Amino acid sequence: MVYYPTRLKTRQTYSWVGRPLLDRQLHHKTYTEMCVKIGDSTEIHVEVGQFVLIEGKDNENPRVAKLVELFEDVGKVTFPVVALAPDEVVPTDLENEKIFFVKLSWNKEKFRPLSPKLFAELGKLPEGSSKCQKRVRTKPHCLESPSCTPAERVVTRIESKHSAAKSRQTPTHPVTPRARKRLELGSKTPNTRMSQQTSCASSGSLGVSKRKMALSEITSPSKRSQPDKLQTLSPVRKAPEKSGKIRLFGTKDDKKALPEHHMILRTRISALETTEVSGDTTLNPVSGGWRSSEVPSIILKPVIKKRGTKQQESQNEATSTPRRTCRKSSLLTLNRIRQQLRFLGNDKSDKEEEEFLPAAEISDSSNEEEEASTPPHPRRTPRSTSKNLHSSLKSSLQTPSKTPKKTPKPRTPRHATPQIRSRKLAARQPSSALEEARLRLHVSAVPESLPCREQEFQDIYNFVESKLLDHTGGCMYISGVPGTGKTATVHEVIRCLQQAAQTRNVPSFRFIEVNGMKLTEPHQVYVQILEKLTGQKATANHAAEILAKRFRTQGSPQETTVLLVDELDLLWTHKQDVMYNLFDWPTHKEARLVILTIANTMDLPERIMMNRVSSRLGLTRMSFQPYTHSQLQQILVSRLKHLKAFEDDAIQLVARKVAALSGDARRCLDICRRATEICELSHQKPDAPRLVTIAHLMEALDEMFSSSYITAIKNCSMLEQSFLRAILAEFRQSGLEEATFHQIYSQHVTLCRMEGLPYPTMSESMAVCSQLGSCRLLLVEPSRNDLLLRIRLNVNQDDVLYALKE
Amino acid sequence: MSSRKSKSNNLIHVDCLSQVQRILRERFCHQSPHNNLYGVQVQYKHLIELLKRTAINGESNSVLIIGPRGSGKTMLINHALKELMEIEDVSENILHVHLNGLLQINDKIALKEITRQLNLENVVGDKVFGSFAENLSFLLEALKKGDRTSSCPVIFILDEFDLFAHHKNQTLLYNLFDISQSAQTPVAIVGLTCRLCLSEDRSVREVLQKHFSVSKSLRSLHMLLMFALNLVTASHPFISATDLMEANQLCSMDSKANIVHGLSVLEICLVIAMKHLNDIYEEEPFNFQMVYNEFQKFVQRKAHSVYNFEKPVVMKAFEHLQQLELIKPMERTSGNSQREYQLMKLLLDNTQIMNALQKYPNCPTDVRQWAASSLSWF
Repeated sequence: MVYYPTRLKTRQTYSWVGRPLLDRQLHHKTYTEMCVKIGDSTEIHVEVGQFVLIEGKDNENPRVAKLVELFEDVGKVTFPVVALAPDEVVPTDLENEKIFFVKLSWNKEKFRPLSPKLFAELGKLPEGSSKCQKRVRTKPHCLESPSCTPAERVVTRIESKHSAAKSRQTPTHPVTPRARKRLELGSKTPNTRMSQQTSCASSGSLGVSKRKMALSEITSPSKRSQPDKLQTLSPVRKAPEKSGKIRLFGTKDDKKALPEHHMILRTRISALETTEVSGDTTLNPVSGGWRSSEVPSIILKPVIKKRGTKQQESQNEATSTPRRTCRKSSLLTLNRIRQQLRFLGNDKSDKEEEEFLPAAEISDSSNEEEEASTPPHPRRTPRSTSKNLHSSLKSSLQTPSKTPKKTPKPRTPRHATPQIRSRKLAARQPSSALEEARLRLHVSAVPESLPCREQEFQDIYNFVESKLLDHTGGCMYISGVPGTGKTATVHEVIRCLQQAAQTRNVPSFRFIEVNGMKLTEPHQVYVQILEKLTGQKATANHAAEILAKRFRTQGSPQETTVLLVDELDLLWTHKQDVMYNLFDWPTHKEARLVILTIANTMDLPERIMMNRVSSRLGLTRMSFQPYTHSQLQQILVSRLKHLKAFEDDAIQLVARKVAALSGDARRCLDICRRATEICELSHQKPDAPRLVTIAHLMEALDEMFSSSYITAIKNCSMLEQSFLRAILAEFRQSGLEEATFHQIYSQHVTLCRMEGLPYPTMSESMAVCSQLGSCRLLLVEPSRNDLLLRIRLNVNQDDVLYALKE
Repeated sequence: MSSRKSKSNNLIHVDCLSQVQRILRERFCHQSPHNNLYGVQVQYKHLIELLKRTAINGESNSVLIIGPRGSGKTMLINHALKELMEIEDVSENILHVHLNGLLQINDKIALKEITRQLNLENVVGDKVFGSFAENLSFLLEALKKGDRTSSCPVIFILDEFDLFAHHKNQTLLYNLFDISQSAQTPVAIVGLTCRLCLSEDRSVREVLQKHFSVSKSLRSLHMLLMFALNLVTASHPFISATDLMEANQLCSMDSKANIVHGLSVLEICLVIAMKHLNDIYEEEPFNFQMVYNEFQKFVQRKAHSVYNFEKPVVMKAFEHLQQLELIKPMERTSGNSQREYQLMKLLLDNTQIMNALQKYPNCPTDVRQWAASSLSWF
């Protein structure tokens, strides 16, 4: 048994090529091409219709399969594939388990002939399409064993879609049992976006020109679709469901924290592992609810396509095989496959392959591929059973209708992509200086550097850097009132450190951010951390266990993790277990966890934390002071950066005003933004140079800071105003700050009589009272108390007097 | 407000009149968005500029529209949205989400509603499944993914905004404002509230403020005109000043005085007795026994026309007053306390009682005299 202990040193990146075709019914998007990028240099290119090598655990029996469909799964439940030896019997006692069993019957003897109907259909296919060629450049390097890091782990699953899909299946292939094997190539891909290139309909036509186009697409990925590349549909799409399929999908977990994407190659196992085996053999998918204990992982090798091998490809085309293995031309096909395999096997000195494969491995792989020309040993597991049970298996094969059918209930798609649809028209660019200024002054505009926070930046940077260099962990507590740049500074530190990590000045690290306000419940923080760390989903309790295990035990990750916890005070629970755990993890030597916590209050550790929690938090504290007026001014100037939109005095005014009140930079920016709006409205002439003056800023400041109550009272109706007067009179008379409605009403009536006005009825007064109460000018009891309703003013009495006087 | 129809043909006249009446009724009853806005043009211009900038430039904004009930906040935003939708660049470029604090009473429901209205990919049919935490992270993920230039702006309209501020931790508001202040999907958040001051919170950010000052509610004006309109008949085709006065009286009618008009003489007597007790003991609460004693004094010494009812009959009348909520028990009725001695308070004002008595039909003269002065029988 040849075993490949290889492990890719380079990172593999998976991305789609081409625009997805959405299959609404099956809830997945189909693609025609997939791009696998290894390291920086090589791109492997997988297209529908190509042949790929599949490797199982037993590498003696690699198989060649043909890709039938590439699709991205949007939320189907998947289940493990269980491969059985040819003479192994499918266990029948586990009816309710959703596991697919695949019979690996590669020998002629074990093969079950296909139904005549299918046979006839295959015959119709253009078998002689010699220009279709397969480019089997099987890469014999084994990806990973399942125990590897989650980013690169390979898991074989099968989906339970079988029965449901079959019930939906087109009546043209009613006999064919369908099974889909799903290979999961989990890989941490920094790849951000699926390149939404076109070639949407060009799925199958694999002419030379087509492939060249595909190459160019890869080298210059663009999002715009190019309509000239639309081609006719290939026959592959038309009959994709005739045999077992293999899906391959890579989990993406990219920088932008996109949720999982699954790239799935649905292959059709039509070509076989050995050339000697009759072409009629196909993978016989046995569907149903049986289980065996052995789950071999199947690894799908994507076809590698390199720019340097165009010559060979054209050569290959000369000896190309039909894309679809038909029963009639099976021998021819398999001969060609063998040629290909041999060709590739001899091609091991190809220097580009050596770029990412050690030579020893290549020789191994080539050996193996040459071995493929010998009849393979039937796969047999140690506990494989007698052959006479095989018949029972066959009978179960022939009656696929017995398989339990399940119709999936409508539920939330598990892998729904969270996305707001993109806009149809492009956003308009700012046309005037004022608009430009407004854009720059928006809080969301991230400046390149944060002025006035250099010292804090340096402190945090030094802290995190030292922890990274020492391979240790630690906690830091950062406090400050809102709008003083805490979060922005930390983000900038992380950005700088990430740049430094790229140039190898500091060890690489992972950055995770959670925000207390963005959690529904404090314990959800575990779920978020776990998901961002590994991509796993778990309940809060389970996630806490997994994380504790990860951070407390040996053999934990090589990288340091930097965790930013924003709005820490929201993580407070009665037991304080969340905070305790967070601060406890870094104290373990193996954890290599750096935690930066942010909250508003300076004395949060002393105020709300228990001693054992605050002691673990440590004494590394930092406090962000509110900005002074000169700092605010500097911030504004640096944001505007030579853009002449404000008068200098105006900037100084707003900086001083805000600094005197709160020192909140957000508020300062908002006021300036509002001032630009006012300026824009006040200037009617479009060509005149507009400058925001002090007057505009004063207006904006008034809007922001003026008391809304006084404006409201001034705009009250006569009756409301006289009711307020009555309240004031009653308060003065009684010397209390509270009165019942009855008292105020009689006071009101008296006042009206004194002034000779018609006095209101009680119902009217009641309406007025509740109106004022709903504005919160008054604080009133619920109105069921009627006359005994107690009333208080919610505003200062002097304010009311002042407002009523005018 | 009047229909200017010639009186020449009576038949046509009636038809026309009812038609005019119907049209006017429709205008008063329904908020018609084609109406012009009066008095709020400045605010309207400001609002529409703000929304336009979100839609066209992809700039995040937030507005809080404050004004008393019936001052046209909802009309303003409806108007603005309608005008926005008429602009071609904008109409296909924005998504809007309407939430109401009275309907979405907690963040969980609000999140599901947002997800449903945005029609994100985790919506199945018309429903959103999954836990609160899942939905929150999904929605945040969705909004975080976008950026200023490429994703479609979303306009959130939060009616009864103050109620959202009562949600636990203000998770929804924090996240919405956080999105509007960071480089994510552009959003415009429009809050509508009649509350002048939101409970001050540190985490939820300040919002631009605007005030409206329509002195009195438009709705009550519509109501008043509606009453007046209903008085219009074929014989009385024009709305006159007296009609408006009458309508105004209808609107400002004292509902409690109306109830007093329907009381029996015995009940009126009891109310008067309570009034006297209030005068004597200065608003101290009373019980049935005190009222009964007072009533007895009146009947024995002064009354000529009032029959001396038995105590259970008086008790029944007393309970009827309680049911009408003209009197109110001071504390909750407990099972063991005797009903005769339960402390009560009168919910009528002296002036109300006197006014009601003057209009009371067939009020006996001695009762009227007794009401004027408790001491007159000496």
